[in-house]
Amino acid sequence: MVGIVSYSAYVPQYRISRKTISSAMGWLNLAALPGEKAVANYDEDSLTMAVAANLDCLQGTERRTIDSLYFATATAPYQERGSAAIIATALDLRSDIRTADFTNSLKAGTSALLLACESVKAGGVRKALVCASDCRLGKPGGSQEMIFGDGAAALLISNEGVMASLEGSYSVSYDFPDHWRTTHDKFDRALEDRLIRDEGYTKFIPEAISGLMKKAGMEAKDLAKVIYPCLYPRDHAAIGRRLEFQPGQIQEPLLAVVGESGTASPLMMLVAALEEAKPGDNILVVSYGNGSEALLFKATEEIEKRREGMGIKKRLASKRELDLYEKYLTFRGILPVEVGLRGEVGPTHMSVAWRDRRTILALYGVKCKRCGTPQYPAQRVCVNPDCGAIDEMEDYCFSDKRCTLFSYTEDHLAFSLSPPQIYGMIDFEGGGRYVFDITDCESGTLKVGVPMQMTFRRKYADEVRGIYGYFWKATPVSE
Amino acid sequence: MPEGIKDKIAIIGMGCTKFGELWDKSAEDLMVDAFKEALEDAGIDKKDIQAAWQGNQYTEVNIGHSAFPSSTTLKLPFIPVTHVENMCASGTEALRGACYAVASGAYDIALALGVEKLKDTGYAGLPEVTHLMVRGTKGRVIEPTYTAPGMFAMMATRYFARYNLKPEEGKKILAKISVKSHHNGTLNPKAHLRREVTIEEVMNAPMVTWPLGLYDCCGVSDGAAAAIVVRADMAKNFRSDPVYVKALQISVDSGASMLHTDYDYTHVEPSYRAALRAYEEAGIKDPRQEISMMEVHDCFSITELVTYEDLLISPRGRAWEDVESGFFELDGKIPCQPDGGLKCFGHPIGASGLRMLYEMYKQLQGKAGPRQIKNPKLGLTHNLGGNPPRAVVSVAIVGL
Repeated sequence: MVGIVSYSAYVPQYRISRKTISSAMGWLNLAALPGEKAVANYDEDSLTMAVAANLDCLQGTERRTIDSLYFATATAPYQERGSAAIIATALDLRSDIRTADFTNSLKAGTSALLLACESVKAGGVRKALVCASDCRLGKPGGSQEMIFGDGAAALLISNEGVMASLEGSYSVSYDFPDHWRTTHDKFDRALEDRLIRDEGYTKFIPEAISGLMKKAGMEAKDLAKVIYPCLYPRDHAAIGRRLEFQPGQIQEPLLAVVGESGTASPLMMLVAALEEAKPGDNILVVSYGNGSEALLFKATEEIEKRREGMGIKKRLASKRELDLYEKYLTFRGILPVEVGLRGEVGPTHMSVAWRDRRTILALYGVKCKRCGTPQYPAQRVCVNPDCGAIDEMEDYCFSDKRCTLFSYTEDHLAFSLSPPQIYGMIDFEGGGRYVFDITDCESGTLKVGVPMQMTFRRKYADEVRGIYGYFWKATPVSE
Repeated sequence: MPEGIKDKIAIIGMGCTKFGELWDKSAEDLMVDAFKEALEDAGIDKKDIQAAWQGNQYTEVNIGHSAFPSSTTLKLPFIPVTHVENMCASGTEALRGACYAVASGAYDIALALGVEKLKDTGYAGLPEVTHLMVRGTKGRVIEPTYTAPGMFAMMATRYFARYNLKPEEGKKILAKISVKSHHNGTLNPKAHLRREVTIEEVMNAPMVTWPLGLYDCCGVSDGAAAAIVVRADMAKNFRSDPVYVKALQISVDSGASMLHTDYDYTHVEPSYRAALRAYEEAGIKDPRQEISMMEVHDCFSITELVTYEDLLISPRGRAWEDVESGFFELDGKIPCQPDGGLKCFGHPIGASGLRMLYEMYKQLQGKAGPRQIKNPKLGLTHNLGGNPPRAVVSVAIVGL
């Protein structure tokens, strides 16, 4: 039996109400949608959100046991330079593993999931991590801007401790150009909505679902939940009716609370379904994009062993309103704001970044074998004044340690796209201390001694040289 | 303890430019101005100088690398010239080079010169850390996007938490420190900022790095200062009132304060270490009773507050009592920042250590005009570079 052994979804903390978007751009775009959408913070992108989802998913799993990492996205930060390898380094996975990026098509999330399951089934790997994440841009004043939301999901696939086993799949592939974007484009171009609806969603999704149910010898009533995306809420319901599903069988879309999150969309909904699933439930998850892919999972007794807070609910509940449309545009780099001399980005010395990749991307330091003092970044000479041992260190990971805020400041002089720039001295449980930027934190809310955790973020974007600098920041532990 | 340099070196001439936003002066102009005053004050010729040390921090965006900026500007006659950089303590580091060289017997007369032309860097405040200081190291990525005031603000945050001070209580204590320095600055024609401020103005000033506001921060200035030092036994040949070096110590953090959880962030360990060594070198048993006056590195008000404690003038956690009682005011027991300090005289980094010495020198000679302290015997300078968890600190003691 091969299937899902752990799952998680990540939703960035910021939500922008679609009313906020309408009040800014409604003069141009009369279409008003209900609800809100999730917005990645200025220091987040598809890659960092994937790391966040993976970290949650890997709780309780020895990271060095992972044999492959597949990353699906339509919004990779680099066109060339594998994102999966960056994510694997941040997660401190082994280097003798398979990493691959699944990209360009919005069904890449389910493609990665399916291939991960099949590779475990084939025996090539024992534990396969799959993640999908997207941070898609809609042009100001367009409907995509209203619809697209940011998010990520991660699933751990294995043949031991399976919570939901893969029972079957059915894929259809069509070169249906409902939307497209070249390497030179910042925004998607799309066909007329009615064409997308009539020739896309209402054909491919039923074809994939019917194909799989026929293959599996199932009827509509046999499914506990069916998960499929559709940009148009009315047509989403219509597809379900046509396939004879009862409203209670259809997984609620995340459009009104997260938005359409690209490759991550079906997997985030799958995570939401797994969070509620009971043993024996048949769950059908379907993607859409250049065709469609349907995967059938069956929940096992193991599903009852889910960890506290595992899923998406916790992330949906933890939110902060982004009440300025202009701030949203700034976060996404659409509005070129004045950054001043301090906002200019200097060169990155790539040889240093490569040599110190574990220090930077995996937040590795060392622990002195003689006195036991953890220290970050790695030192060869022990920093403990009472020890001073030379070259008696062992590697020590800080990214998963609990920590507290020793001191902090809110800096109005240092550059930040979301001022004030907040940073603080962080003490790690078990020892070790360093000064880190603090993110996802509202001005005036910090206090000395509050619990913090580490989060992987994009520290800077050097647009001149095409380099994204990734590093860890501290963030207050959400209640 | 080695025997040290107490009374082996004398200062026979000093110069210091006006500090400020000197848009019409280049770094070279400032070097010439300070050098000229020092030569005239010492009554010597340029050819008498046998070796020179030049201190400066933001070399790339300021005066340029190597010793050429001073040797070619001042046309120093083919003597050894050394460029030194030790962050904001660079001026005192230059002095240390000159003093130790003379004390060693290698030279009889040496020059120490510090200069900084901050207003040509284009920044309000100090240049961006990641652009200059840690470029090419992993610090480029792993250090936070911070500023100097932020690193010192965290000391205030921690100090307030440790001693149970509400932010407004803490800020009021700090405000009194700035008010005092602003007053002293008005008495100094060479000071950058010459305006009285009130406690309310300081407390309500725009926030820079919480909890530090605008008036908790020192001036960002251009300026230069210079000292000519000679063997002590020669000093009286040049002038009747030379000033003798009693101690000159520098302490640099080992890295423990930044990375090891023992550090409390309510003091600066190298300040304390340098002070202990300086008192021992100078033979001072009770600094609170023996030191007559001080110029400390008040880059921020909180730095001055904890420095009172690090220098063993005030007990730990109780410097506020001395602030309240006026102990450090011009007519107090130990006047601190009689020239306005970094706060108001200004802070052209490489020049600051020598500027502090300039004030002590003038005070000891009774030439400090309206801010003259009555009958001072020993003056202390405390010059701090870096930030509290990673500092380089010099403590010098001079006297008649």
